[in-house]
Amino acid sequence: MDSSIINAIITMSAIGVVSAIILFFIAQKFKVIEDPRIDIVEEALPKANCGGCGYAGCRAFAEGMVKAGTMEGFFCPVGGNDLMKSLGPLLGLIPEEKAPQIAVLRCNGSIKNSIPKFEYDGDHTCSFTTNLTAGLGGCQFGCLGGGECVDACNFDAMYMDPITNLPVVKDNCVACNACVLACPRNILELRNRGPKDKRIYVACMNEEKGPLAKLNCTVACIGCNACVKVCNFDAIHVNNFLAYIDYEKCTLCRKCVEVCPTDAIHEINFKPRVPKVETEKNTPQPKEKLLVVEKEISKSDTAEFEASSNN
Amino acid sequence: MGLLTVSGSPHIHGGLSVKKLMWGVVIAMLPAMLASFYFFGLGALKVTVVAVLSALIFEYLISKFILKQQPQLQDGSAVITGVLLAFNVPSNLPCWIIIIGALVSIGIAKMSFGGIGKNIFNPALVGRVFLLISFPVQMTSWPVVDKAFPMGLDAITGPTPLGIVKEGLKNGEPMSDLMNQVPSYTQLFLGQNGGSLGEVSALLLLLGGLYMLYRKIITWHIPISFMGSVLIFSGIFWLIDPQMYVNPLFHLVTGGMMLGIFFMATDMVTSPMTPRGQIVFGAGVGIITIIIRNWGAYPEGVSFAILIMNALVPHINNFFKPIRFGKEIKNGK
Amino acid sequence: MGLLTFKIGGIHPLENKMSAQAAIEEFPLPTKAVFPLSQHLGVPAKALVKRGDTVKVGQIIAKGEAFISADIHSSVSGKVAKVEPVLDSSGFRRESVIIDVEGDEWDESIDRSPEIIKECKLESSEIVKRIHACGIVGMGGATFPTQVKYMVPQGKTVEYLIINGVECEPYLTSDHRLMLEKGEELIIGITIMMKSLKVDKAIIGIENNKPDAIAHLSKIAANYKGISVVSLKVQYPQGGEKQLIDAVLKRQIPSGKLPIEVGCVVNNVGTAFAIYEAVQKNKPLIERIVTVTGKTVSKPSNYKVRIGTPIISLIEKAGGNMESTGKVINGGPMMGKSLITVDAAVTKGTSGILLIENEKSKRIPILNCIRCGKCTSVCPMGLEPHLLSIISVNGMNERTEKERVMDCIECGSCVYTCPSGRPLLDNIRLGKRNVGIMIRNRSKK
Repeated sequence: MDSSIINAIITMSAIGVVSAIILFFIAQKFKVIEDPRIDIVEEALPKANCGGCGYAGCRAFAEGMVKAGTMEGFFCPVGGNDLMKSLGPLLGLIPEEKAPQIAVLRCNGSIKNSIPKFEYDGDHTCSFTTNLTAGLGGCQFGCLGGGECVDACNFDAMYMDPITNLPVVKDNCVACNACVLACPRNILELRNRGPKDKRIYVACMNEEKGPLAKLNCTVACIGCNACVKVCNFDAIHVNNFLAYIDYEKCTLCRKCVEVCPTDAIHEINFKPRVPKVETEKNTPQPKEKLLVVEKEISKSDTAEFEASSNN
Repeated sequence: MGLLTVSGSPHIHGGLSVKKLMWGVVIAMLPAMLASFYFFGLGALKVTVVAVLSALIFEYLISKFILKQQPQLQDGSAVITGVLLAFNVPSNLPCWIIIIGALVSIGIAKMSFGGIGKNIFNPALVGRVFLLISFPVQMTSWPVVDKAFPMGLDAITGPTPLGIVKEGLKNGEPMSDLMNQVPSYTQLFLGQNGGSLGEVSALLLLLGGLYMLYRKIITWHIPISFMGSVLIFSGIFWLIDPQMYVNPLFHLVTGGMMLGIFFMATDMVTSPMTPRGQIVFGAGVGIITIIIRNWGAYPEGVSFAILIMNALVPHINNFFKPIRFGKEIKNGK
Repeated sequence: MGLLTFKIGGIHPLENKMSAQAAIEEFPLPTKAVFPLSQHLGVPAKALVKRGDTVKVGQIIAKGEAFISADIHSSVSGKVAKVEPVLDSSGFRRESVIIDVEGDEWDESIDRSPEIIKECKLESSEIVKRIHACGIVGMGGATFPTQVKYMVPQGKTVEYLIINGVECEPYLTSDHRLMLEKGEELIIGITIMMKSLKVDKAIIGIENNKPDAIAHLSKIAANYKGISVVSLKVQYPQGGEKQLIDAVLKRQIPSGKLPIEVGCVVNNVGTAFAIYEAVQKNKPLIERIVTVTGKTVSKPSNYKVRIGTPIISLIEKAGGNMESTGKVINGGPMMGKSLITVDAAVTKGTSGILLIENEKSKRIPILNCIRCGKCTSVCPMGLEPHLLSIISVNGMNERTEKERVMDCIECGSCVYTCPSGRPLLDNIRLGKRNVGIMIRNRSKK
């Protein structure tokens, strides 16, 4: 016995030792020194990998933030301010605070408000139909109802309203920007949620002159400047016959909502107005707003609607 | 005046539909089906009815209750699968085995991939191969075609011509003796081909194939390249040693060759989509068939060959692109 | 003798040339004419008139200032009512000039006599200038500004002028009638084009379902040097310039290149006639032949229409029954655009108005792709529509580009033949657009 066994043991051990030494040096040479904080930060992030922060994923975001050594310009919209505050002590940095945002649909061209002028038959992808024709209602700025934004949403925060044929943003929107990028007509916009989720915006993108815009849609912004005149805070501007409310300047005074002749300005999550005594004589009868439907559905009927749509 | 319809061009359609294509294939299979009833009697009828019905039922149940889609029975693809399955089994096969075959064909080979158009392998062939390896005895006891009493119910069983040759060659019998034991080429061609239902008459299968070519349901690429590669590849060996290898014509008229050439290999879903790819596919099937027939364990190789090539179809589609317009500049005459 | 045709793919839809025997009729003046400023491929023209101006027939009302653009002339006399966006045949609101018609007063410089002037005294460059000034665009439907084709780039030589008399679209007969009734003028137009391009060979390609046109033009062409008529096998899309050059000369244009690459310039017969009128009669492009046809039209006709006439008046004159019509198409059934409204005006590219009955106006239901490969076998560019469609929808832009999506000529053969009724071309257009954006972004960097 023998020498062959002993030989084998010796050879094997020798090979093992030599390989170990080689491996050790290779490992030394190609060692990647990584900040351990990256892993810690990544662990704390929501790991939705939605890209809402502007980085390729949560790992890239964590890496970028740790390497930059500052939290300026780094914000995770999914986790929000709470998350960023909790990350601050981990890194010894001061987090940047941002107002929470939500995606807003700047179009109210439902089937009722913008009556279809033709029937469409063919592929319903928004990015295709946007080049083929104007929308069903004839508006070449408005929503096409193809639902590409809903497909793009990773957080189940949007759905298509079957009655209006418009997408609805639910309250659990994290403002990741995916739907904004998906929309070929740039109708969706990220706006500040506002205090107690109150917000005011112009639900129209039509840049045509008033009469032309009204031809297609009863709730279009006609660029009449009434809201601009009534605004005391320089928050509303009209460009190309289209009003835009700057959410940084807006104080939610609701004056513009009252004067808008086409009800193109929407207010969300405000208390219902007390019916005013007939002080303003010529106030036009408010039209039926999609807004009402939107609120109702998003609050109570969502679960029911989803249950029915799953079947 | 109602609202006008708007859509992208083109605004007219050629009128071709999946339904027309599929039922066209069913019509093309009718002559061979009727011939099998004639030669194998009521047993063949029973096998065909059971196979088609169970294929339809399984398709309906699976698409309705598992995939939760609108069942598309009227498109005829389940009927084709049923008939092809029946074509691939002997006429004395018990009903319960056929039902298992239909379940495998429709359930595993077709619907588990997502239904029509999504399957990788020919459903009927998967069912047949499944039965062949699960129930080898029942699947290989072939009723012999009874010339005197064609409607006979309890026909005697016996080996197929291919089986005779295979066994004989293994036992070292000379080719000339073996050739005396099998029917003549004319007989084989017209319909004395013992074996599965659909293998009985090469002529009627050829007729069905020509009908499909005429109706432009299939193109010539796969049948011709399949046939050509069988003839050439087996011809080479036959020329080398006629005592060891069978005549290429014998290969062509026996077994499931004609069935494979016109109905199995040309299945649209599982064959390549470009003409060049189809030629490669057909040639590949032919060569693998002859390899299995000459050196494999089974006397028949068409179904295995087609399944093997089915698996390669995605690669064939990637490698053999159609000839692009303007690839080479040809100036002058 | 085997007839000439292109090599790859192609289909043969039902011809349905119902108006082939209807002679061209002069269409009455409209009461209101609408001129979209974007009637041609390229940059829209800029309006030169404003509200209240009076214009004469043939007066320029909009100037195409960019390289690929074309001038627009008034086809009527009267007062400019408005300059504002109007829903036109493209499906979008576009800036348009609207003119209320008063009388029919023509610009003095236009020769309105019926006599045929054979000799052209202008120099090559002067001809191109005249074509530009008269706002002539490709009359086959693509409306590419013609003068651009005649500015041959440095280092390229033109060997052949190819005239497209194929009219491969079903239903349409405007080119057919033009060849029969204006053959002499058309051939003179071709000699002018040859002079301008300095070529001595011109080939007119005509499909052999129009034997009368072939015979008629061959007889006239015999009197002129270098012009020959070629009879082609009926096959769609032979009217595409790439396919036509392949059919006539057996030369294939490389991917992404223009016909000049193989020494050809291709023009439609309608363009040849327009060039004759522009050069010999100084008449700008203000009229064109329009076929009004379809199963719901009682009297399929060919009209000589002033550009700007509302389409509805043409349909009414031809006896179109709008009740049973579900779709109105501007152009042929294969490549035409379906209209949102019949109030849109006839533009320079309107070769036909096709009415499709209610039952046929919807597409067939979409089923699973059964991988039959029919789309691949009919594609005249040798592409794989089924593959392009899937990868376009999934946004695989690099792969889509590699599979040569930009070669697609959008002829619609794949959709025509697809048994599952899949929206292949819709998806491919989406892919083309996305790849186009990608290529543009790349060249910016």
